[in-house]
Amino acid sequence: MSRKNSKETLYSVLILLPSIILVAIFVYGFIGNTIYSSMTDWKGMSATPVKNFIGLDNYKSLFTSFMNKGFRQDLVNTVFYTVFLLAGTLIVGLLLAILLDRPIKHEGIYRTIFLYPMSLSFIVSGTVWRWLLAPSGGLNAIPTWFGKNQGTFQWISSKKQIWSFNWQNVLQVLSVLVALLFVVFLISAIASQDKKGIKKNIIVIAALLVFAFLIEPLFPAGLSDEEMHGFNLATLGILFAGTWQYSGYAMALYLAGLRGLSGSIKESAKLDGANEFVYYWKIAIPNLKPITMSAVVIMAHISLKMFDLIYAMAGTDNEFTGHPSVRMYTTTFRANKLALGSAMAVILFLFAAMFIIPYMVHSHKERVQ
Amino acid sequence: MKKCFALAGIAMMAMGMTFAQGAQEASMASSADANKLVLDGMAPSGDLEIFSWWAGDEGPALAAMVADYEGKNPDVNLINATVTGGSGVNAKAVLKTRMLNNDPPESFQVHAGQELIGTWVDSNRMYDLTPIFEDQGWMDAFPSDLIDLIGTDDGIWSVPVCVHKSNVAWYIPANLKKWGVTVPTTLDEFFMVADKLQAQGIIPLSMGQTWTATENWENVALATLGPDDYNNLWNGKLAWTDPKVVKIWENFGKLLMYTNKDSSSLSWQQATDMVVNGQAAFNWHGDWAAGYMMTTLGLEPGTGFGWANTPGTDGVFQFLSDSFGIPLGCKNLDAAISWVEECGSKSGQDAFNPLKGSIAARTDTDLSLYSAYSQSAAKDFANDVIVGSLAHGVVANEGFMNDFSSVIEQFMSSKDANQAAAACAEIAASNGMN
Repeated sequence: MSRKNSKETLYSVLILLPSIILVAIFVYGFIGNTIYSSMTDWKGMSATPVKNFIGLDNYKSLFTSFMNKGFRQDLVNTVFYTVFLLAGTLIVGLLLAILLDRPIKHEGIYRTIFLYPMSLSFIVSGTVWRWLLAPSGGLNAIPTWFGKNQGTFQWISSKKQIWSFNWQNVLQVLSVLVALLFVVFLISAIASQDKKGIKKNIIVIAALLVFAFLIEPLFPAGLSDEEMHGFNLATLGILFAGTWQYSGYAMALYLAGLRGLSGSIKESAKLDGANEFVYYWKIAIPNLKPITMSAVVIMAHISLKMFDLIYAMAGTDNEFTGHPSVRMYTTTFRANKLALGSAMAVILFLFAAMFIIPYMVHSHKERVQ
Repeated sequence: MKKCFALAGIAMMAMGMTFAQGAQEASMASSADANKLVLDGMAPSGDLEIFSWWAGDEGPALAAMVADYEGKNPDVNLINATVTGGSGVNAKAVLKTRMLNNDPPESFQVHAGQELIGTWVDSNRMYDLTPIFEDQGWMDAFPSDLIDLIGTDDGIWSVPVCVHKSNVAWYIPANLKKWGVTVPTTLDEFFMVADKLQAQGIIPLSMGQTWTATENWENVALATLGPDDYNNLWNGKLAWTDPKVVKIWENFGKLLMYTNKDSSSLSWQQATDMVVNGQAAFNWHGDWAAGYMMTTLGLEPGTGFGWANTPGTDGVFQFLSDSFGIPLGCKNLDAAISWVEECGSKSGQDAFNPLKGSIAARTDTDLSLYSAYSQSAAKDFANDVIVGSLAHGVVANEGFMNDFSSVIEQFMSSKDANQAAAACAEIAASNGMN
């Protein structure tokens, strides 16, 4: 290594050092502290807290004890919040982007209108939507304008649940769902005649199904009672508000992507006789894959940060719209169970990592290529 | 690569543990005997930070008491730190982070009783205020039932400023007459009246979101058990799985059949509005509802709206109280003492309570300052048996209260009395309630 080079290395290390140290302490150190706290029995507000190391007992209690039944429903809610918020914002956002992609007058005004909700905080939009979705006003009152009876759906306070499953079978349900995901991959592999891909996907699907229906039933039961969890209809109101707020953002992402496609692609597609639908379905959307990827990651992590929206719309005690972050807050700062609250925080952290790490690995790979 | 991750993980854990150790050592300073208060009679001066959630509607009441205090203590610079949010939902979380960081205010507002004791006294963070109570002659000025409920064997931990009653049924007299019903005095009578009302398309009882449901649960519990067994439930002499306690859940389940279906999305004001609009016949709620109906809705107490004890609780006053305590480690102890002395004084309480719509915790206040409703509540407070409220932290610690709201939410959809009773036994045990 030449002298100049080593000097440059030294400078870059010196410049990076402060931020490395700060990140190490304030991000990773604190994450580490939370993980450590989650394995203790820390409780109460004492100035001299007693923290005995108890291993994974808090986690065991979260996933199996009768007392923490609500937390498990919160986890199921999180999955539905994530899936529906993703689907809702991406589809609505893409449609809006395609509409604005055409040569229309006053495009800037529409763009601002659609993007505007994003500039509001969840607390503001949540309060407004709580009024709009009130059982006896807002949306439910619309039918009365046409002389019909008032709507009776309880957007935030419904106690109905659909797609219920017994928590006892959660592993089975999960592996079937993952298998379904791989079926989608398999179909796309068949479509692109990727022989290696077909083989790989078939093996994964077979393994998952064997686990779900042959191995899983051999496990001993973790719960004493049947415990049903599923999709709570009360979350619809919250999903509605979240989709309203973030569709504009997905639109902005997609619109930038569509504008980035060179005009010649569209023209040559038209020359080849592709109509609008074929152009978007076969050419534009596949080309927007990187945008979809980042949109998925952004929306997924927003769905993990819905605390303020739920807090404003349903409060902290509505068991039917619950979210792990809300329960973490009440467990830690209301019930003073700091260790259990830490365990919930760690689980939320892992949820977030589940989306972000694959994305980072993927983008890292692309950069290397 | 994998090794790298493993190493980073271990380093993270190690750092986490080091932090935890450091925090422990730093806070070892406070010793066990430190909560004994010595009154030196020094004139207070310097900064006094008082922490409360009395903003908004309650702001003027606090301002009146502060003005009274500043007249008596001109040398103190009072800093009024309020965090908004009904019932202190946000303030309590802010206070906890401040206390965990060893940055306590001189004095803070807290619900008197187990909410204070379970959170701050058990963790040895409060001064014992018994010397002040004796010095000021408060042992006689406050009802002894009250002092028992806000203290422990080791001391008295806060000074109650105001008292509210939570077992009140609100109604509109003219509406009841129109519907041909009278105010029921027992639960059975209530259910009979409720059938009659439901037949006319009237909702018998309006209910709001979860914490107001907890209030109604405690009213039913008091009616089902009577005051003695109600107290036994909280001091551990009556088991949660006792048939008498299961009966509370059965009665509560029956009560729910007579309430509005959209309760969980209504605020307590909206639930009160249902009675005022004539959609519902009764609302059982704490007596700040009187302030709302008098001040905001402009109704005349007695004629515009009426009140009675919730069915089956005649002769009992289910109370809750806001109070001020002094945390260990407060920087200006003389000023803190002078502030809690103000909180318990006759002039302070008479400045504060008429504006807030509550009654004074002392029994020797000037009743002519108060509204017609408050005068009747003050009379009950002086004569009735006093028991504590669950929803507002008198009888149970915060851990139990938090878990109880989950139990009650689950009960609202399952209606399974035995399961709810078993769940309560479990959360009582896990939250260290005898």
